[in-house]
Amino acid sequence: MHPLMNRYRDAEQRRLAALLGVPDPAAPALTRRRFLQATGAAGLVIGLDLAVPGAARAAMPGVEGAATGPLAPNAFVRVGTDNLVTVICKHHEMGQGNTTGLATLVADELDADWSLVRTEYAPSDPKLYANLVFGDLQGTGGSSAIANSFLQYRSAGATARAMLVAAAAETWRVPAGEIRTAKNTLTHASGRRATYGEMAVAASRQAPPVKPELKPAARFVYIAKDRSTPRVDSPSKCNGTALYTADVKLPGMLTAVIAWPPGFGAKLVSFDATEAKQVKGVTDVLEVPEGVAVVATGTWAALQGRRALKVQWDESASRALDTDGLLAQYRTLATQAGTPFTKPAADAGAAAAPAKTVEAVYEFPFLAHATMEPMNCVAWLHDGMLETWSGHQFPTFDHMFAAKAAGLPMDKVKLHTLVSGGSFGRRANVWSDFTVAAVNVATAIGGRAPVRLQFTREDDTGAGLYRPMYVHAVKVGLDAQGRVASWQHTIVGQSIMAGGPMAEMMKDGVDPTSVEGVMPTIYDLPMLQGTLHSPVLPVRPLWWRSVGNTHTAYVMETMMDELAAAAGKDPLAFRLALLGKKPRAAGVLKLAADKAGWGKAGRAGVAQGIAVHESFETFVAQVAEVSMRNGKVKVERVVCAVDCGVAVNPDVIRAQMEGCIGFALGALYYSEVEIKGGRAAQRNFDTYRALRIHEMPRVEVHIVPSAEKPTGVGEPGVPPLAPAVANAVAKLGGPRVRRLPLTRSDLVET
Amino acid sequence: MSPTVIARRLSMLAATLSTAMAASMAASPVQAEDLRAPEAFSSIGDTAERSRALFVEAGKVLQHPRCLNCHPVGERPSQGNDGHPHSPPVVRGPDDHGAIGLQCATCHQAANFEPSRVPGHPLWHVAPKSMAWQTRSLGEICEQIKDPRRNGGKSLAAIQEHMAHDSLVGWGWHPGGNRDPAPGTQAQLGALVAAWIDTGAACPAR
Amino acid sequence: MSLSLTVNGARRDFDGDPDTPLLWVIRDELGLTGTKYGCGIAQCGACTVHVDGRTLRSCSAPVSAVAGRQITTIEGLGSRAAKAVQKAWVELDVVQCGYCQSGQIMSATALLEQKPKPSDTDIDHAMAGNICRCATYHRIRAAIHAASAQLAG
Repeated sequence: MHPLMNRYRDAEQRRLAALLGVPDPAAPALTRRRFLQATGAAGLVIGLDLAVPGAARAAMPGVEGAATGPLAPNAFVRVGTDNLVTVICKHHEMGQGNTTGLATLVADELDADWSLVRTEYAPSDPKLYANLVFGDLQGTGGSSAIANSFLQYRSAGATARAMLVAAAAETWRVPAGEIRTAKNTLTHASGRRATYGEMAVAASRQAPPVKPELKPAARFVYIAKDRSTPRVDSPSKCNGTALYTADVKLPGMLTAVIAWPPGFGAKLVSFDATEAKQVKGVTDVLEVPEGVAVVATGTWAALQGRRALKVQWDESASRALDTDGLLAQYRTLATQAGTPFTKPAADAGAAAAPAKTVEAVYEFPFLAHATMEPMNCVAWLHDGMLETWSGHQFPTFDHMFAAKAAGLPMDKVKLHTLVSGGSFGRRANVWSDFTVAAVNVATAIGGRAPVRLQFTREDDTGAGLYRPMYVHAVKVGLDAQGRVASWQHTIVGQSIMAGGPMAEMMKDGVDPTSVEGVMPTIYDLPMLQGTLHSPVLPVRPLWWRSVGNTHTAYVMETMMDELAAAAGKDPLAFRLALLGKKPRAAGVLKLAADKAGWGKAGRAGVAQGIAVHESFETFVAQVAEVSMRNGKVKVERVVCAVDCGVAVNPDVIRAQMEGCIGFALGALYYSEVEIKGGRAAQRNFDTYRALRIHEMPRVEVHIVPSAEKPTGVGEPGVPPLAPAVANAVAKLGGPRVRRLPLTRSDLVET
Repeated sequence: MSPTVIARRLSMLAATLSTAMAASMAASPVQAEDLRAPEAFSSIGDTAERSRALFVEAGKVLQHPRCLNCHPVGERPSQGNDGHPHSPPVVRGPDDHGAIGLQCATCHQAANFEPSRVPGHPLWHVAPKSMAWQTRSLGEICEQIKDPRRNGGKSLAAIQEHMAHDSLVGWGWHPGGNRDPAPGTQAQLGALVAAWIDTGAACPAR
Repeated sequence: MSLSLTVNGARRDFDGDPDTPLLWVIRDELGLTGTKYGCGIAQCGACTVHVDGRTLRSCSAPVSAVAGRQITTIEGLGSRAAKAVQKAWVELDVVQCGYCQSGQIMSATALLEQKPKPSDTDIDHAMAGNICRCATYHRIRAAIHAASAQLAG
């Protein structure tokens, strides 16, 4: 999701609910008391307050290691008599490490022993677990997890600590101020000593402080302490026990695959299930709104059944869609004025004719997210209610849409959010496509059994919900001193927000996610004039790790190099001259350049390219060291500098920068979904290629020490990579690449 | 046109073909086609010419993607009717059966597996470097095949036996998936190679 | 006809289509869900298991092909090399989303069992078939070297 979600408020949510026809827009009525009841016993949280058969309960997925109560001062932390601290994470873990981050925040203020900290995932309840950046919606995205939780989760930990201290003070009859806490232990100079577990019951009787005192940064024990809080999810992900949606087992559970429309906009005409039903294990073949569902006792039977299914589709409406044709249309549109996304220039007429003009047209393809875990969701209709298990990245949307699909009020719908095998934006969408499809299958079989809907890789890659295609046309005038005098910028590409429930976030016909990175830009470019075309297509558009910045940073940062070259200036100096109003951007740029030895003679045949970008309030600069062999690009090393405010988990930040760099490099090299005859041409990793280990450059990450509020790191490492590499390629005598991916220019070893 | 001219033209065609393959492993798929039987060449009076023509005919198989893909010059085989580099990027490894940790048999089983479109055979492996054919002309391949230092120490009779009966060679006519089979049949290839040997095993121009 | 399998040292019978990919037998029939489905065409390596100590993409092998052979999944790893790999993986916090990591660990373990001191090139070659969309490759490489050092120590 995007930080712009913060324009959502109560009224907006009601409007949305009305639009969707959701019967009960109120959040599920989990009161705090019920919540405590649900979470206080037996260490099993999910499904406990539901009428679930005993066997089913035992079979339900567990959590990463839940602790028992009784101290549960708020919705975010519990301390058990077993001395375990459980942190309830409101954000979705898709690899970015926020589970560890949220636990770090609580553990620090609580003075917990990290080895005794456990985590679990919160139920869908925006009253308790809203993303504070999004308003009243619960969801994860926009690199906002730690940013919005920083004070909230620390307060939760501080509250629990205060209650433990108060309990100890009362028990030991000493002033609270004399009690020390460290590593789950309370001590007093008199020699008194108790673990948190021993004091938990007494602490639960204490009144929570009205405003818990938070530590000054100097007293942090985990926050910003490198390697002090290893990832909580490492062990389970290294021994195969981490529970993903694909792994959920429920009694009698069936597996479904759907015969999806082959093209974007194709319509189901008819189907013949005779042979499909003869496949051993196939139980049902049913029409659902998405297509034809084949339900079976296992995955292989479902796949065999779908193979045997005969379906007739009407592709007359979809067949004309073709990315080559689309690109030609976009190029034409880019020569025409669209909707302005900048204020009209104050003295448009006064500008003198530029001494030099640089013009370029850039082309970006559709991108699929291609998470390692293809989309899936388990849905179970029973006892007048619906339960779902999935990587619910945006529970509030998924909750509403699941309720609507099932025809149930929201308080009869319970979501279980599990870790997911990646998202990169895919799982946060305003259609809740995989959740709704699973509910539709569950409904179609009359709630006879729990059912897991599984996308195959081909289903997943061909499903649309792509980062849209974009074309940018840029014309920049330089004055005689090589300074930017004029800047005309036209962007063509689908709006992610328009037409859907988020259209409200558009401003004057402009989707901010289409232009972010150009407007606003970190550079001091008051003369920049931009217009936008937002064509509508039958392919659903979606954000993709760093959203609009995926294309705008490429344009801005390669253009910066072209302008510097035209002005005869060093690319670093040229940028710095325009960054007077953005010291943090200048800071990371200088740090990356310094650590990479920018401007010093490097190895022969190796060139450095540089880029800097701000996204989600985090600043990242990267220097890519690139060589070319037989005309093919090899990225050897990337030096990355990041300023994300307080670095809560330095090693998680490094990991995200490393991952962002590899993810962005794979996209730069290979990623492109072509649509031919209305159908996605790339459907699996053989043609929609991902970066592999031998292509991964060495990565060095430097984190700017900062006391600013923490900002996100899941996405901001992506935008600078591609332009940094492209700038190095140009330096090596290669072309100025203006069409991605690089395979289009035959620059990649395949 | 005299048989000699025909043979020369065929030879030129083969050379052109192999040049194209050298460039990018033939962009368009080679279609399944028939092989001509040795008798079809009996009108070529000159024995050496006939021998060369027979080898050029057999070359339709040898330079077919089904065979060429696993006779790489470098470390990495190719795949598909268009001979694109193998994905994932595997290497021949120490024994031509793949790298340690990523052997051919990691993915290739004893038989073609249609659900995942992965081809298979019990002996699946890459031809040794000495038998590399990719980027080579048919004449070069011919010399290579005859040279015991580069053919695994085989006599011509053993070569014929290999072409006519080896079951991994035979996979080329039963490749599964959407892979085009090699032209003709393995028996026809065996007959052509036998006739080529009988006529003196002459090689086309390099 | 029933097939007899040996999975993680235990005999398991499978009574179904002998052409069923081993992956779905392991996951759906035997309930061993650490082995993942990623692509179904042997491109990503998420489904990697060991058969007689060598890596195998279970999505692309019919269950009939492995009857009577020793199958090891992530749940059954126990060799010295495997323990070193898993320890290094945790110590370096290699994982992000984690979905591919069972497969990565299976490949890395097979590599170290056969070549305890792999070079970077050996690592590239052995791990080339395992995709990680989170691109944790940087740490995968470091963890393999760390596990190697641990084995030597």
